[in-house]
Amino acid sequence: MPLIEVRKLVKAYGMQPVLRGIDLDIERGQSVALLGVNGGGKSTLIRLIAGLTPPTSGTITIGGWSLPREADAIRAQIGLVAHRTLIYDNLSARENLRFFGQLYNLSDLDARIGEGLARVGLAKRADDMTRNFSRGMQQRLAIARALLHDPPVLLLDEPYTGLDVEAAAILDQIVLTARAEGRIILLTTHEIERAARLTDKVVILVKGRIGYEGAMPTDLMATYRALIGGEPTETSLPLS
Amino acid sequence: MKTGFFKAAFAIAAKDFRAELRSRELISSMGLFVLLSVLIFSFALELNRQARAEAIGGVLWVTVVYASILGLNRSMAMEREQGNFEALLIAPIDRSAIYIGKLIGNTAFTLAVALPLMPLMTILYNVATITPEVIVVILLGTFGVTVIGTLLAAMTVQTRSRETLLPIIMLPIVLPSLLAAVRATNAILSRAPAAQWSDWIVILVVLDIIYFALCLVTFRFVMEE
Repeated sequence: MPLIEVRKLVKAYGMQPVLRGIDLDIERGQSVALLGVNGGGKSTLIRLIAGLTPPTSGTITIGGWSLPREADAIRAQIGLVAHRTLIYDNLSARENLRFFGQLYNLSDLDARIGEGLARVGLAKRADDMTRNFSRGMQQRLAIARALLHDPPVLLLDEPYTGLDVEAAAILDQIVLTARAEGRIILLTTHEIERAARLTDKVVILVKGRIGYEGAMPTDLMATYRALIGGEPTETSLPLS
Repeated sequence: MKTGFFKAAFAIAAKDFRAELRSRELISSMGLFVLLSVLIFSFALELNRQARAEAIGGVLWVTVVYASILGLNRSMAMEREQGNFEALLIAPIDRSAIYIGKLIGNTAFTLAVALPLMPLMTILYNVATITPEVIVVILLGTFGVTVIGTLLAAMTVQTRSRETLLPIIMLPIVLPSLLAAVRATNAILSRAPAAQWSDWIVILVVLDIIYFALCLVTFRFVMEE
């Protein structure tokens, strides 16, 4: 039985449909790349699965719990990393993690914070204000925050935006480790090569529908071009 | 794993206090506004003692309300800048706890600049403003302003024109509380008998309860999109 089940999911903002009937199953331990053009519905799908926005119609169940009825139970199963870091500039790394740990009602918080910071290589900067961190360090802290409550599902919404090569390589390693730990990873990105390296399943959204879903193809770029008709960059596809 | 309502609310309020202790962005901007505002009014209103006592309630509440708008915008901007509202919304907590947490912080920050107004105005206007009755009115009136303001600031923070939009939609809604607070303050400072201002305090209490209940229920729906 898949851990994440999405059925006939539709999301529209006013009269503008963004997702037009998505059916998607993700098994425990699967690592999935979610590809598509800007405005194609990738981030909306992530936000729907995270329970941040309600669907227009359709259902999402995670671990047997359904949204939005059992949203609190589902939220505890999810870690979210977005292109924005979701951390507080005027708090230290440790204080940020402590605050979010309190929101998740975690026991052994000090130990978890220590482990989390060590995992992302920020143990020595634990008490520094995050406003003094580089973009890469902030994003690593964002990963530590997302993994603090040990969620089985990690949603990564364009986490590589604005990262330099070195910071992106560190993030790659963290994602691969999370994958090896058996977590579901749902990654949206425009970097085809990175998606091919980090994930084992691909979903390509085309005009709000799934254009391709399956195991990682031998030539992901060719598959993508055949569906979208171009490079996965800043192109914008009309939805109607 | 769902966190207790009050535990979550207090964690959010404590986070706001800690962040403000570091940056002092809220208190400094609100405090400077309050100081300048009261000074300007004191030069503008060179009136006799009776006229000053009658004007002082209006000066106090205009100053408090605009200072609170400054603070509310800044407080919510802190949640918006790095997308932190999403981090709060994805946590397994009751969404109303986010409202209570922000409300505690916003009320405390507004009171932190509103209460020192009393000795300042006593000196500048030569009217004894430090009385238990005035303190009660300030507590009730400030709560009424921040109860509405916290909800509306959460709604407007995602818009581009949030700084101008918040006062436009907030002031008409808090007007009943403001009127009651001004009338009560003026009556107390004019040493009118309790019968002349006690009804205004009752109105303030009733309005605070109604606003609080409505905002608490509404907040979760505001946060849906």
